[in-house]
Amino acid sequence: MTGPDARPAPPGGRPAERRGRREGRRRGSGWITAILFVLPALVLFTLLVLTPILVAGYTSLHKWNGIGPPSDFIGLDNFTRLLNSDIFIGDLQNGGILVVLSLVVQLPLSLGLAVMLNQRIRGRALYRLLFFAPYMLSEAITGVLFSLILSPEAGLANRLLTSWGLEPWSWLSEPDTVLFSIFLVITWKYFGFHMIIYLAGLQGIPKELHEAARIDGAGGWKVFRHVTLPLLGPTIRVSVFLSVIGTIQLFDLVWILTGGGPSHASETMAVSMFEYGFKRTQIGYSSAISVAMFLISLVFALGYQRFVLRRDLEGASTTMGDHR
Amino acid sequence: MLSRRGVVALAASVLLLGACGTSADNDGTQPGASTGSEKVTFEFWNLATAEPLKSFWADRVKEYQAAHPNVTIKNIGIENDSYKPKLATLTQSGKAPDLYSTWGGGVLKQHIEAGLVKDLSSEAGDILGNFTPASLAAYQFDGKTYGLPTDIGMVGFWYNKSIFTKAGISTPPATWTEFLDAVKKIKATGTTPIALAGKAKWPGHYYWAYLAMRVAGLDALSQAGTTNDFTGPDFVAAGQRLKELVDLQPFQKGFLNADYSTPDGQAATVSNGKAAMELMGQWAPSVQKDSGKGLGDDLGFFTFPSVDGGKGSAGDAFGGGGGLAVGVNAPPAALDFLKFALKQENHSKAVAAGGVLPVLKGEESAVTDPNIKVVSDALSAATGFQLYLDQAYPPAVGQEVNDAVAELIAGKKTPEEVVKVITETAKSESE
Repeated sequence: MTGPDARPAPPGGRPAERRGRREGRRRGSGWITAILFVLPALVLFTLLVLTPILVAGYTSLHKWNGIGPPSDFIGLDNFTRLLNSDIFIGDLQNGGILVVLSLVVQLPLSLGLAVMLNQRIRGRALYRLLFFAPYMLSEAITGVLFSLILSPEAGLANRLLTSWGLEPWSWLSEPDTVLFSIFLVITWKYFGFHMIIYLAGLQGIPKELHEAARIDGAGGWKVFRHVTLPLLGPTIRVSVFLSVIGTIQLFDLVWILTGGGPSHASETMAVSMFEYGFKRTQIGYSSAISVAMFLISLVFALGYQRFVLRRDLEGASTTMGDHR
Repeated sequence: MLSRRGVVALAASVLLLGACGTSADNDGTQPGASTGSEKVTFEFWNLATAEPLKSFWADRVKEYQAAHPNVTIKNIGIENDSYKPKLATLTQSGKAPDLYSTWGGGVLKQHIEAGLVKDLSSEAGDILGNFTPASLAAYQFDGKTYGLPTDIGMVGFWYNKSIFTKAGISTPPATWTEFLDAVKKIKATGTTPIALAGKAKWPGHYYWAYLAMRVAGLDALSQAGTTNDFTGPDFVAAGQRLKELVDLQPFQKGFLNADYSTPDGQAATVSNGKAAMELMGQWAPSVQKDSGKGLGDDLGFFTFPSVDGGKGSAGDAFGGGGGLAVGVNAPPAALDFLKFALKQENHSKAVAAGGVLPVLKGEESAVTDPNIKVVSDALSAATGFQLYLDQAYPPAVGQEVNDAVAELIAGKKTPEEVVKVITETAKSESE
């Protein structure tokens, strides 16, 4: 990691020639070996990932209460109902707000902390550990912890507010602001995770570049803007991806903190799915919600990979027999 | 990431099990008859994981097996919260346990429609007369009986006598108008009149349900359950009465996100003297004691007030209990064991231990706990009985009632909108 070009040299040259010569001999047995190695994973993947997706797709076309086989085929009615449901539209809005807040507030915060902790300051390791600690807690424990902290009468948050002479705040019981309280908890839980990713990215940026920029007369902000940020690009793009996908699928924290309430003000798609599937036993409709979640995640993931991550994924291509 | 995996895995496993089990019938490994010395084994799924009921059922199982050496009872006690998903996983495969706990109502009806439950009308016909009508109601559909009760209770106001006295209320309110007056008086003293768990939703539905019973009457509620039409003016009026109460802002601060039994929840708020009353079932005193200081002798109980001009009787009770249903492929020994456990000399032991309320006629004398005695007396004096709406109706409709009433209490839905969404859900469920 000391050379000016930290990226690995693109594949090619000698390895490719060697592959070319041996290709004929290797191809036949190579395929069988490959298939044998992949088979266990493939079986598990089919059983645990593909089958449930297909089954959910199948049940989403039925009206089914979960008892006996799904027999009442209703076509796309569940999806029409979904698009006409205020609750589901609300879920999409809530998800959108949380995604925007994450990108605009949470990630810059993590980046700022990462940049600070990348410098030589006293107790750096301790801070890193402290900031990363919330991420190591399970979501359920975080949820219970914050429902105690944010509880209206006895909660720590409101006791602090009153001891400072401020009015206690309705953290989780005010429909208009509950989503921001949820976001606060999400940020507390995940900023450390993104901070660690950024720290790892920052460590990969050669010191020489910073030194050179400083010699050329660039100040702190300019170095950050024109050296650190562009070189951190791939890391930021991955962290944005993880953040968005995580937000689309947000469940545990919301379920424990508010159950999606009050008045569905903090409900997410996953919460609706659980609510309809396990409490109302409308398994068909809840499957439709899960299919919608899957499609939204899939479209986002594919689009993001195609248009945003393309640069980063080049050279890491996994295609076989790629001779460049 | 964890959340996604958790939910998807859960959903997937349930769906998978459902898909796999659709073709699997009961494999008929259980012998059809228990006559003679033929070996019989059956599974008994119950919720008795805590004392005194845990020992009560363990003792009955021991006694029955001693008297019938050829019978082996697998006594499987399951925690309340994991019971429903565990049972649902089995029923999705088209099977039911041989003998299992049920709350009756809409879920039991789904099991009946799927052909999973035995009709006990004739086989248990000889003992049906022993039960109080209120306790049996949840398991009877179209004149047939599909389960036998082991417990029954009712919902009413549990109140703090000293707060009521301080507010100048000498006798508990008997009408809705008096009740609203009492709420105003308590509020004037600076105390929160009512504790409510807005997050849990089901405690809120008690208000609407009781008001619907008082205004529209029991017959109207059961009729709405069959016609799937809740839009009648009486149901709207029930919502309007509830809105009168909500407009007085009687609930504790932050109640919209309060839970029931948490340290800051509904039960604890009453238990610690921070609210004057709560509308809750017979378990309220014990949950109050567990989650807070407890009110001791200050705790009182009064039944839900009548509504002037309402069609329902003020003596009608609202509540639910627990019972046992028999799987359609269960050996006869399962029902025989159930009958044995429900003999008066046996069941009254559970009543005396404070585990359950009387379900058999003449069993009331076995009650020892004074708080339970109040409920038991009110129940035996009840003129009619309505099961919790979120259990009486299919789950989708029941949850919609909870949800819509929660919205009404939060000021997000009008009484008219409440009956409209409930009706829409009920109609779409029955299609």
